[in-house]
Amino acid sequence: MSTIKSRLRKEKIAKLFMQFAGISITGSLFLIIGIILFKGLPFLSWEMISQVPQGGFYIGKEGGILNAILGSLYLAGLSTVLACLLGIPIAIYLNIYTNQSAALVRASRLLFDVLFGIPSIVYGAIAFSIMVWLGIRASLLGGVITITLLTIPIVVRTLDELLKTTPLDLKNITTSLGATKWETAQVLLKYIKPGIFTAVLLAFGRAIGDVAGVLLTTGFSDNLPLYIDEPAATLPLAIFFQLSSPIPEVQGRAYASALILTFVILFIVICTHILASKQKKHKL
Amino acid sequence: MHTHSSFQTEETQTVSLPVLPHIQIKDLNVYIEDKHILKNINLDIPNNSITSIIGPSGCGKTTLLKTLNRLMDDSKNVKVSGSVLVNGEDIYAKDAEVTHIRKKMGLLSQRPFPLPMSIFDNIAYGPRIHGERNKKVLQHIVENQLKNVGLWEEVKDRLDSSATSLSIGQQQRLCLARGLAVQPEIILGDESTSALDPISTQTIENLLIDLKNDYTIVLVTHILRQARRVSDYIIFVYNGEIIEFGKTEDILLNPQHELTQQYVRGFIS
Amino acid sequence: MKIRLWKDRWIRRAFFALLILTLSVIAFIGIGLTIKALPLLEDQSLFSILTQSIWSPLKGKFGFLPFIMGTVWVTVIALAIAVPLCIMASLYLVEYASDRLRNTVLPLMNVLAAIPPVLYGVWGVLFVVPLIADYIAPFFGSSTSGYSVLSGGIVLAVMIFPIMISIMVEVLQTIPAELKSASLSLGATKWETIQKVIIKKARPGLLAAVVLAISRAFGETIAVLMVCGNIPQVPKSLFDAGYPIPALIANNFGEMMSIPRYDAALMFAALLLLVIIFGFNLISRVILNKLEEKV
Repeated sequence: MSTIKSRLRKEKIAKLFMQFAGISITGSLFLIIGIILFKGLPFLSWEMISQVPQGGFYIGKEGGILNAILGSLYLAGLSTVLACLLGIPIAIYLNIYTNQSAALVRASRLLFDVLFGIPSIVYGAIAFSIMVWLGIRASLLGGVITITLLTIPIVVRTLDELLKTTPLDLKNITTSLGATKWETAQVLLKYIKPGIFTAVLLAFGRAIGDVAGVLLTTGFSDNLPLYIDEPAATLPLAIFFQLSSPIPEVQGRAYASALILTFVILFIVICTHILASKQKKHKL
Repeated sequence: MHTHSSFQTEETQTVSLPVLPHIQIKDLNVYIEDKHILKNINLDIPNNSITSIIGPSGCGKTTLLKTLNRLMDDSKNVKVSGSVLVNGEDIYAKDAEVTHIRKKMGLLSQRPFPLPMSIFDNIAYGPRIHGERNKKVLQHIVENQLKNVGLWEEVKDRLDSSATSLSIGQQQRLCLARGLAVQPEIILGDESTSALDPISTQTIENLLIDLKNDYTIVLVTHILRQARRVSDYIIFVYNGEIIEFGKTEDILLNPQHELTQQYVRGFIS
Repeated sequence: MKIRLWKDRWIRRAFFALLILTLSVIAFIGIGLTIKALPLLEDQSLFSILTQSIWSPLKGKFGFLPFIMGTVWVTVIALAIAVPLCIMASLYLVEYASDRLRNTVLPLMNVLAAIPPVLYGVWGVLFVVPLIADYIAPFFGSSTSGYSVLSGGIVLAVMIFPIMISIMVEVLQTIPAELKSASLSLGATKWETIQKVIIKKARPGLLAAVVLAISRAFGETIAVLMVCGNIPQVPKSLFDAGYPIPALIANNFGEMMSIPRYDAALMFAALLLLVIIFGFNLISRVILNKLEEKV
């Protein structure tokens, strides 16, 4: 016989476990940011973000990681622009030009979900072999193409989700006024503008943080990325390389670089959050 | 404690009750997100009879029903003040144990919600929770309760199949049997026939009429004809207040309050 | 007037072409990888590739077992940590927590999801690896550098928290309140209701979340590579180093052109990942879509 007392005790214990789980999961976030902050802050300097690596940088001498910061910004920026140029029309097509129950639409949504799950190392591997086959060396361009493929599903799925939930009335009103689908699309695009920025930020965040995709396709360079057909440094890769060095000064710079990347990501996340709540208000 | 109590509204209709009423509600107020949903409810619900709560939608009748077994506690931002006495015990007292209170009351919801398990396990769920492990006893309970609701002949060969394989009318009877299996004293029905076809509705109504000899039954309904068919007493609620309470024929044929008259005649709904 | 309609028609065609073009990338990747991987199958059977444990590219021996086992070890460890924690935490968020707490924690999960893999790797190197080398392994009486499948598993577990939590919370929120009321009004406690009704009802959705997390774990490259040692051996304990498949690809691309069949072997590894992840993703998405339609 389970008495009411022991049943209530079980409830209490279970609740404690659940709270513990919640705290450890949320805590892990603060642990990660805290440790990077703690280790990186002492090594952070103006020199780090204003200079390119000088001679002897990798044995602990002068220089910074401006090359990697700029490389990452270029790479993520270009890929995001491309991903939006391809992704926004696709999201519009799926929501405005087609019958929502059509097999094509459902299959496409499913495939974009699946594409979203494919790891960047697979994209990187295939892009690398194509580049070898075509005789192109690792370059900013190679990275941009790989990362664009990686980020298209993000843009499409985010916008699709938004467009799917726009009030049907809005679509119907514009159509019943005699607008063509394209004109309706333009109205809807205006309506979901904050959402588009969210998609842009999400894609940018994914693009700037990726390593496995750029490792094989973009290469690395100590110079500022000036030409699209030359190798370029990226921030995550700079962190990765510096961390594997045995020299403490170089490792320290890896921590500082990690901190810089953390700041960039946090900035993006906060902007996304603000925009998302704006879109919500917009809807009401 | 009084052995005789009465309910009085401004309209001076009085219902006299011979024994201690099963459920007494005193100065009950319910707020949801600062909205005053139920206002100063005072009410004695008669034993071994069917009492229907009627009123326009959104008037608070379902909230009133749910405060009776403290299901409102689970909704967020709800504040309840006042007391509800069941057998003289205040279920909103600080030391009241909520599972114990709920066991005393079977709930029959708007649509049937069979638990995600077999027909047998649905009915055995309650007794098992309360510590019954003996297989023979459980089988006995299941058979008895299914017979009680007239479902035994229909399902006795497929007790192990999923409860969702039953028709919606059968499911509602299963839910009733599931509630009866924990030996409650009170049955609460929240528009329990609104999802059913006319024949299933009739079956449930007849079951409830049979059951009132052993249970105190409180129903929420928005169908006046149903209230007339099944209930002994009617409570008319409007805008969170009890407007009128009385015997079914009195309320339906000779309502005292203007609002009740308008509602009964169909001017407000 | 005509121009407007004409424009609309061409825009439709162009957009449709874009859609097909993008989607065909997946087929393109699959076919490309298969073509590149095929040479490997010329002198070894598929079965022997998958079950041999000797990896010696110079001798032309490509046994994938150490890498497969490396991936399996880190994934299983990650799941063993993350699944119970995530189920408990999402149950708490949905069933017990106030709206305010939930609306604070869920955005934090978005932050966790946005942290790039390389930062997880840095955290792993700075925190998890020393923790294992200095405290956990000695506690169990073994010694290790800390670069082990356990480190990989822990880092991976944290990486799959957000995806699991967000899907599980969504799944749990679809369970009708009336079903809970039904169980509660029979006198069940909240925990009994969770155990016997909610988890049962939510099982397909929870499973889909786990499967999706597995496919994320399979493909994670850089964070795991940084902490799990990368020695091509079949791990025998939690504290042994392992070498997961994505790490194999990332580490060896530089030299693959100079050794015969090496590129085919690495492409085979990528194909293996693609097939497994594609399959797992497909399964869980189909389950989740079905659940969504039901609501």
